[in-house]
Amino acid sequence: MKKLGKWLWVHLTTVDHKRIGAMYVVTAAIMLLFGGVEAFLIRLQLFHPDNRLVVGDSFNQLVTMHGTTMIFFAIMPLFVGFANVIMPLQIGARDVAFPFLNAFSYWLYLAGCILLQTALITGDMPNDGWFAYPPLSLKTYNPGFGMDYYAMSIQISGLGTFITGINFVVTILNMRAPGMTLRRMPLFTWAVFIMSTVIIFAFPPLTADVFLLIFDRLMGMNFFNVAQGGNVLIWQHLFWIFGHPEVYILILPAFGIISEVVTTFSRKNLFGYDSMILALVAIAFISFTVWSHHLFTAGMGPIVNSIFATTTMLIAIPTGVKIFNWIGTLWGGKIRTTSAMLYALGFIPIFVVGGITGVMVAMAPADYQYNMSYFVVAHFHYVMIGGSLFSLLAALYYWFPKIWGRLLDERLGRLSFALMFVGFNATFFPQHWLGLFGMARRVFTYPPDWGLTFWNQFSTIGLIVMTLGLLVVMYDIIITMVRGQRAPADPWDGRTLEWATSSPPPLYNFPALPPVTSRDAWWVMKRQGIPLPEPERDIHLPAPTLWPFLLALGMTVVAYGVIYPVTWLAWGGVFWTLYALYRSLFDRVPPLVLHPEVRA
Amino acid sequence: MNPKEESAAVKLPLFSAAEGRVLGFWVFMAGEANLFASLLGTYMALRRQTAGGPGPQDLFSLEMVAAATFVLLTSSFTGALATSSLRKGHIRPFQAWLLLTVALGEIFLFIQGYEFYEYLVHREFSWQTSAFGSAFYTLVGFHGLHVLFGVFWLFGLWTQSFFWKKVTPEDLSRAWVAGLYWHFVDVVWIVIFTVVYLSGVVG
Repeated sequence: MKKLGKWLWVHLTTVDHKRIGAMYVVTAAIMLLFGGVEAFLIRLQLFHPDNRLVVGDSFNQLVTMHGTTMIFFAIMPLFVGFANVIMPLQIGARDVAFPFLNAFSYWLYLAGCILLQTALITGDMPNDGWFAYPPLSLKTYNPGFGMDYYAMSIQISGLGTFITGINFVVTILNMRAPGMTLRRMPLFTWAVFIMSTVIIFAFPPLTADVFLLIFDRLMGMNFFNVAQGGNVLIWQHLFWIFGHPEVYILILPAFGIISEVVTTFSRKNLFGYDSMILALVAIAFISFTVWSHHLFTAGMGPIVNSIFATTTMLIAIPTGVKIFNWIGTLWGGKIRTTSAMLYALGFIPIFVVGGITGVMVAMAPADYQYNMSYFVVAHFHYVMIGGSLFSLLAALYYWFPKIWGRLLDERLGRLSFALMFVGFNATFFPQHWLGLFGMARRVFTYPPDWGLTFWNQFSTIGLIVMTLGLLVVMYDIIITMVRGQRAPADPWDGRTLEWATSSPPPLYNFPALPPVTSRDAWWVMKRQGIPLPEPERDIHLPAPTLWPFLLALGMTVVAYGVIYPVTWLAWGGVFWTLYALYRSLFDRVPPLVLHPEVRA
Repeated sequence: MNPKEESAAVKLPLFSAAEGRVLGFWVFMAGEANLFASLLGTYMALRRQTAGGPGPQDLFSLEMVAAATFVLLTSSFTGALATSSLRKGHIRPFQAWLLLTVALGEIFLFIQGYEFYEYLVHREFSWQTSAFGSAFYTLVGFHGLHVLFGVFWLFGLWTQSFFWKKVTPEDLSRAWVAGLYWHFVDVVWIVIFTVVYLSGVVG
């Protein structure tokens, strides 16, 4: 009991970027399970025509919860978690720029998870898709609390993500070790940097948009009420001004992970380093100019459609550059097929398929055919699972020893990859055909005489194989934590600075900041025999504090007070938040001073 | 600046925690600007959607808004004087200018509160009247809440400054970001003044 109390206290007060990152990864993995079970139920319902397992509104709720959970509360925070642990290590820093805000971001993210899953527990779930188009999401058509949980969870966790974006940008610009110039930074750090800038510009429009929805629902405003002059297209535009950059928030760090894994396990430096960075920047920039391709069929007219079709297809160019650079890196390399490398190698062709169907749906006239069909479902799952999730599994196998100090079982890892690769393609490739045959998205059934039955059953069986793959990963993690092999500091013969310190790293990351003289800094240090400098005598780190948690708690209370609506609860939360904000802004906490042991 | 003042001056050291705070705040303002841009875009899309209720030309009185603008712009000036004296290491003038800034911010809020009261009570124009009403109260109200938050922030800073014996880079950076915030809110008001009020009256 005392041990549990201590464990809880350590986690509630931590400001250590590594611990916070691990907390992100674990929480997001639990959310991935929630979303995964929802996906499984969806596929079970579609196993045969006229199935009565989950029908009507329940199916709508399932689809909405699946999408919202996966995008906001599973995939994105998994990337944020890995970035939190690895990025400061890669640039040779002792923590992020704002450790307090880092903890605050995590607690806001957790609050968002709890708010959304309250909908699941109470059974009053949002049912309007993860994009929540009005007028269906307005109070008139959606009187329960479902949409309110959705809106509040996105506001609260969105604030956390926004703060994380600021935090990462300042960390990368300000906290690099001596000699770590921008053009010597590892690709994952670059990808996190670009992702963070996208977060900073993409999330505020979403915040504004969801505020409009909340005001319409709770204060009787008329933004989307056409009878009083409102316009539902405002929602769609603001949502996709966020929403399209959002999918690049979900894929840019994946590009970074693949670049790291491919270089390490090819024993070569990255082919086309500068063009890789230019491609990241170009993708991020163009991603803000394409949002209206989600509105091709909303009646914007041929000129607007052509413009957005063109910008959308433009993105294929920098993305193609990245694919060729990865192949160039593999070319002539000494390839080691570890589990991480297998996932990275699986990523490349799958992502190409997702990219090609992306160009197909970008052709505005053809999109009238693809729109609202399973073709689109197949397309974005190729990007989100074959792209983002595969890269996250590569990251898991690659960085697990660094984060948790133990090596995952490679044989189980390879087995999981085989199951995932086969299962994934079996699940989603037939969905392209289902879409072209006319199967509609978000519809809970299909008639038996449309010829859709076989490929739907094939798809569901594919999902079972994929689920087995994920279960193998879970089993691997559990047995590794119970009796896994202790990881050395540098198990993969790595190239970047996170491998220059022990696994897991000490609280202060590096006893002395490593001197950086080139790209692939650690690789060069190893090859040229440059020794790590003598440990510093005093290292100053921010002290643990409970205020980030208390601050996020206040905001969560406000959210519940607004949803139900309970006036005293909401105002109590507001005052508590302001008080906590005052204390956290002006309290002076002396830093933690650590003395690293002198090496023998 | 005479040599004595030079020695008391505080610099923000590059790449320190204090400097990171200022850089981070600039990044934060980039995001905030996007938030206001989204609300402004919404307002511009809905400003003619009065649904039979009062429109901009029926409501806005430029005299009152001009007075509010004058007060807020002056407060930006006094805020700049406050941070500038703090940079020279002078705490007392900093406190005086800061208090004046807070007072001017409160006058602005008072004028805006009076404006909203007029519309709500005497002109029967609320956020529920029309889409234009929703957009107007949301945009101007968001800005007003930012000013309110800024008033609390600057006042908190003022109370804290009594504990400062000598100005450290840490103190200066805290005051500096508060000052940046205040100027930012001011700049947003200039856009709102132009887009909402001036072009509203012109039609």
